[in-house]
Amino acid sequence: MKVALFIPCFINAFFPDVGIATVELLERFGCEVVYPLDQTCCGQPMGNSGCERDAKATEDLFVRNFVGYDYIVAPSGSCVHHIRDHMTAGEQTPELRAVRANTYELVEFLHDVLKVKDFPWAEFPHKVGLHNSCGTLRSLRTAKMSEIEEPFFSKPMALLQNVKGIEFIKPDRPDECCGFGGTFCVTEEPVSAQMGADKVRDHKRNGAEYIVSADSSCLMHQQGCADRLELGLKFIHIAQILNGARA
Amino acid sequence: MKRVDHVGYSKKFIADEKHIQFHDKRLWALRTDRDTEVHGIVEWEELRSLASGIKEHTLTHLADYLAEFERNATSNGVVVHWAKDAEEHNRIVYDILTNRKAKVLVKSKSMLTEECEMRPYLEERGITVVETDLGEQIQQLDDEMPAHIVVPSVHKLATDVAKIFSRTIGTDPNESRIPALAEAQRQSTRPLILNADAGMTGCNFAVAETGGVTVCTNEGNADLSSNVPSLHIASIGIEKLIPKLEHLGVFIRMLSRNALGSPITQYTSHFRGPREGGEMHFVLVDNGRSERLGMEDFWYSLKCIRCGACMNTCPVYRRSSGLSYGGVYSGPIGAIINPTFDLKKYSSLPFASTMNGSCTNVCPVRINIHEQIYKWRQIIAEKNELPFVKKEAMKVAGVVLSSPTLFRAAIKSADTAVAILPRAVLYNPLNVWGKHREVPEAPEQTFRDWYLERNKK
Repeated sequence: MKVALFIPCFINAFFPDVGIATVELLERFGCEVVYPLDQTCCGQPMGNSGCERDAKATEDLFVRNFVGYDYIVAPSGSCVHHIRDHMTAGEQTPELRAVRANTYELVEFLHDVLKVKDFPWAEFPHKVGLHNSCGTLRSLRTAKMSEIEEPFFSKPMALLQNVKGIEFIKPDRPDECCGFGGTFCVTEEPVSAQMGADKVRDHKRNGAEYIVSADSSCLMHQQGCADRLELGLKFIHIAQILNGARA
Repeated sequence: MKRVDHVGYSKKFIADEKHIQFHDKRLWALRTDRDTEVHGIVEWEELRSLASGIKEHTLTHLADYLAEFERNATSNGVVVHWAKDAEEHNRIVYDILTNRKAKVLVKSKSMLTEECEMRPYLEERGITVVETDLGEQIQQLDDEMPAHIVVPSVHKLATDVAKIFSRTIGTDPNESRIPALAEAQRQSTRPLILNADAGMTGCNFAVAETGGVTVCTNEGNADLSSNVPSLHIASIGIEKLIPKLEHLGVFIRMLSRNALGSPITQYTSHFRGPREGGEMHFVLVDNGRSERLGMEDFWYSLKCIRCGACMNTCPVYRRSSGLSYGGVYSGPIGAIINPTFDLKKYSSLPFASTMNGSCTNVCPVRINIHEQIYKWRQIIAEKNELPFVKKEAMKVAGVVLSSPTLFRAAIKSADTAVAILPRAVLYNPLNVWGKHREVPEAPEQTFRDWYLERNKK
């Protein structure tokens, strides 16, 4: 199966290991991974700031990079949320619509498309707190939301629980937003930092050694808060654990 | 009008550890109480759809239902008035009061009268207005707007209230036990109610087929205010209409459960006509609602039944408080309603959100609040109400991110990868990120470089 990989701008620059783990993981399952070299961003920073017009050229570029692929996979829930739900700056051409429909967040892709369950190479004997970003949770719907009474399900947990030795802790507020919020993290710095601090303290208080997420942006923000508070928490992307990262 | 400084206010609020901790925990407790209560009702999600459907139907046939309501209320002996805006509402109320030579008006809580800024209007004209709801009276005595739709003084500690009461109703400033404070307020307010010339309530639901209004409270103060004086005025936003009495069965089941996690409000009072020798007036208020009804993306906000659940669940609201929104309506619902009143003044509110979507999930009438926030942002940018720095940053970001070569150059030219973050996200001084957060370490190589190197092998 041929998979086009979308590595969002900040993962490319800041968290190359997340991209590398994603490539290796997909290859373990027999995917042929292609990385279109002229990719940049999905347009989310502009769209979320109200500047859809400024996002149009970036979204057009995104379509040029990814048109023609049946599966486009990104290890970032919020970017996939933007592509799927908010890539509305320009005309909805057949190409654009196809790209939007064919884009998957990594956990979704593993769980729903590849339908894989076993990660025999993976072992992570640590207590982890799972952070579902709001984009994955409430837009991509990869897990049960606390506001709605529905049968429990969690795609990330369904994957992670097959990793040898892993143990989950339960935070008091399992799906409260961590306060990253894109440009919110700088334009609304006081609230953003307070939310981040509350989030990491909740995980720490309940015994987490690691916080794991499918979104590096949330992790980056939370790590910044946890390090400042000297909580000794560690942060890791779900792709890295599933690909067999040790501590 | 000056733009509301949500960031500045929230910064002050957060600096006060005691207040923010209490505020966050208290409102989160309302959210979890709500979860417990509504998750016990298996058909809750159906109820939400039903409630949303009833409201959408009513709003799309509003003129007919308003006419029906007026007809029925009039035949019940109620005098019905129409107010196109806040000024007209206030004038109508003032005229009703002066016709009866009323000098003291006791009232229960009403977001609409706050919206119309009725209290200062009447007070300037010599009418004494007494808020009889405990929380609302605290806000009145402290000269503040309500900070929450349902629990208006939730941002205050009991010790704050003790100070306000000692200053205004003469209690011991060191007495901050809540039962004592509540009792003192009750004792000071009862005589005012007993001697009032007129009573006023808001309205939770106005039923077209009966011409009656329903008011939900927890303190019984609405019943006292409306039943003790012989003159009762109810202020009603035109979006409060529901077609039939049986529809109350849907909304009453939901309102208090979703607001406070209690099965029903202590008092659910139905008013249909004046008592013998008394007068009842309904003032139906538009004040921008018709205009909102005509807005393709935003008319859904008129479905709101003012339960406040979106505030309780909002992680931003809990950490900034209602006053930070600078308007009568705060929290997520305020962020989508207030801009319809004054786009410039409230242009910061849709950005005081992470768009996490929890508000939409708890909304009993399925208002797509966080999606409306996204849409308001687009409008605010289009109407040039974005702060200059942000607007320019997004222009630059749009150019850089749409050009692979500029993008790669931007990453390379940054002194450290640290500088990329704010540049890529927003041209913003680095220290904003770093105030309360460590900056991530710069990796040696981008993912793209790794990929190219690997493919060379």
